[in-house]
Amino acid sequence: MDQHFIIMNIVTIPHVTIAKEILMDTLFLARLQFAFTSVFHFFFVPLTLGLSIFTAIMETAWVRTGNEKYRKLTQFWGKLFLINFAVGVVTGIVMEFQFGMNWSEYSRFVGDIFGVPLAIEALLAFFLESVFLGIWVFGWDRLPKALHAASIWLVAIGSNLSALWILVANSFMQSPVGYKMAADGSRAEMTDFAALLFNPYVWKQFPHVLAGGLVTGGFLVIAVSSWHLVRGSKDRSAFETSMKFGAVYAFIGTILVTLAGHTQMQDLIESQPMKVAAAEALWETENPASFSLFTVGNEKELKDVFAIRIPGMLSFLAYNSFEGEVKGIKNLQKEYELKYGPGNYIPSIITAYWSFRFMVGAGTLMLLVSIVALYKVIRENYTFSPLLGAIMFWSFLLPYIANSAGWILAEMGRQPWIVFGLLKTEDAVSPASVVSSGELLLSIAAFFIIYGLLTIVDVFLLKKNAAAGLEAAQ
Amino acid sequence: MDLQTIWFILVTVLFTGFFVLEGFDFGVGILHPFMSSDDRERRAVINTIGPFWDGNEVWLITAGGAMFAAFPEWYATLFSGFYPALLLMLVALIMRGVAFEFRSKHDNPAWRSFWDWSIFAGSAIPALLWGVALANFIRGVPIDQSMNYAGGFFNLLNPYALVCGLASLCIFTLHGAVFLTLKTTDILRERAMNLAKKMWAPATLLSLAFTIYTSIETDLFRRLGLNPGIIPVFSILALLSVIVLLRRNASGWAFAMTAVAIAFSTVTIFMGLFPRVLVSSLNPEWSLTIYNSSSSDYTLGIMTIVAAIFVPIVLVYQGWSYWVFRQRVTPDSELEY
Repeated sequence: MDQHFIIMNIVTIPHVTIAKEILMDTLFLARLQFAFTSVFHFFFVPLTLGLSIFTAIMETAWVRTGNEKYRKLTQFWGKLFLINFAVGVVTGIVMEFQFGMNWSEYSRFVGDIFGVPLAIEALLAFFLESVFLGIWVFGWDRLPKALHAASIWLVAIGSNLSALWILVANSFMQSPVGYKMAADGSRAEMTDFAALLFNPYVWKQFPHVLAGGLVTGGFLVIAVSSWHLVRGSKDRSAFETSMKFGAVYAFIGTILVTLAGHTQMQDLIESQPMKVAAAEALWETENPASFSLFTVGNEKELKDVFAIRIPGMLSFLAYNSFEGEVKGIKNLQKEYELKYGPGNYIPSIITAYWSFRFMVGAGTLMLLVSIVALYKVIRENYTFSPLLGAIMFWSFLLPYIANSAGWILAEMGRQPWIVFGLLKTEDAVSPASVVSSGELLLSIAAFFIIYGLLTIVDVFLLKKNAAAGLEAAQ
Repeated sequence: MDLQTIWFILVTVLFTGFFVLEGFDFGVGILHPFMSSDDRERRAVINTIGPFWDGNEVWLITAGGAMFAAFPEWYATLFSGFYPALLLMLVALIMRGVAFEFRSKHDNPAWRSFWDWSIFAGSAIPALLWGVALANFIRGVPIDQSMNYAGGFFNLLNPYALVCGLASLCIFTLHGAVFLTLKTTDILRERAMNLAKKMWAPATLLSLAFTIYTSIETDLFRRLGLNPGIIPVFSILALLSVIVLLRRNASGWAFAMTAVAIAFSTVTIFMGLFPRVLVSSLNPEWSLTIYNSSSSDYTLGIMTIVAAIFVPIVLVYQGWSYWVFRQRVTPDSELEY
């Protein structure tokens, strides 16, 4: 009896109760799992996108020139590609299953639309990349050179096509088009497949993601090549070549990702003004609107504590002119209350604000580093001071920061919606009677452990095989 | 024929393709530790499925995507309801998938052994779980009025489903062993032949037990009628013929027969389900059918066009990849994994 009393007492201590409530909250747990598994998945995807094309370019150079250096480089980068690819694939299966497992209400609501690009992705893209990857890995001695090179191109096309289809699906969540609500309001139904595919949002987002892949691949190539050049590995001339290709690749990618990001931001002003306002901590509608350099805000009262802003700059980014209205958080909240009924339509501002700054900040640094790399390559100067070598090496982390921050902004900035204007995230989760908090905790724990293990192993293998150089990759 | 029926048939085809193709690479994954005495032999055994396993697994991904697109309610009820089973399957497929790529990238006996046993467990667990899942589709699970699963994990682990799980585990293992008799030479082929002969009896007995149990536990045979047609009968006959073909050293035919046995028994289960996709054990009215769980006709129409164009293309290039790697693998071949 006494013991029971003591236990009861402990449980009612406030912070323990709060912790207990969080652990019982299936919505929170499902979101945590989605955030964790999708960000982790997207550590591997962009490198797959970028490095598949890079490897294909190397092999094409081999086929066209017959220079053995390019064959060695193809095998070297191909090996790193494979190590990375494996993790991207298996963590992708989790994504496909997760919609049904944790978000069954969402799946019922959007399956008529969202399921279609997912199924097409598997049929058009996954078969292509998987089958031709098998052919490429095992076919070195079985196929004519040109056909072998064609198979890695098909892998690259398959990977990048899969990005297109998953972005068609995601774009419906961001900016729904080509649908009608069912008569009973239970689900959204597709009315126009072409509208779904040619959703303007897709064609702003896809180039951004594609260029993000090039950048991720390019910076990894720069990092590994400069590492070997600094250490004076014996394959010097081959790594000079890959440094040259990598620098051009990273530079083109960085320019493209910046331009694509810029047009995407201009589109967002129209499609999701709240995301832009949150990313800028713009409380009130402004014309001309100012860009925040640094803001410490009070999220509860929706005001600045401290802020440095550049007048007119946000209008310039939005409309290429120092005039133009950008809506503020408070105004949009009122507008949405009228349109969608009472509720809180403001996403986590601190998340949106800082994820945007991390993305743009990493992008700016990438531009600087890629210009330096390009300059050195044009001057054919492949000697690096220890400091410059370290910068060239560690810059491979920048695209990872930008990629993750970009997706966190895209997804968190859309809240409270899971499908903008149609379905709220809180209404999308599997009912607690079907998927209990215990099951969610179990799956979160399982994915934490396994993904942790995969990270350790993947980093170990990439490091070992990257450091081993060209001869070991035969 | 309405669009719902067409998509039921397509989902059946995708699952059948998955079981026939991934079935043998699950089998090879289960058997490889018992096939080899050293690392080179082991690599040769794994290399028999090296170019194929990933493409085979895409049949599952496509089946999942097709369920989501064509029958969202089925996808949602199944994936949320069978949660712990699917979690276990995901863990298994993750460990197996990376194991193939990781094992060869570091030369250390403990490292290789860890990934080899990951391949074993990652193959055996899904091979068992798919049988358990399929049996529960037809036997019925607690599904309430609003299409939500109302049971727990242990509802899925009933004796009937476990018999089906063990049967699928053994048949896939047999299928893998027969595949290995086709793809290896000398001592490896001898071992594969012995394992195939050994696996035949349990696979056949469990399949027969499952068939009899099905007639007691489910309405499958009542629905198929007194004359169930050639498909269910041939699935049993094909399995029975395997041992004869193996004794005559006819590996190719034996493999064709294990493939037929797997394909036809999958089709039989889906025939018994039709037009239902998940049977409710609480009330037959609450079962999910192809009609109450399907997408709109517009969506199904679009998907039909896409499938009609791209499924044949996929079949051609995947078929071609089997042709490219038709040769047997020996420990003296160029080994990748």
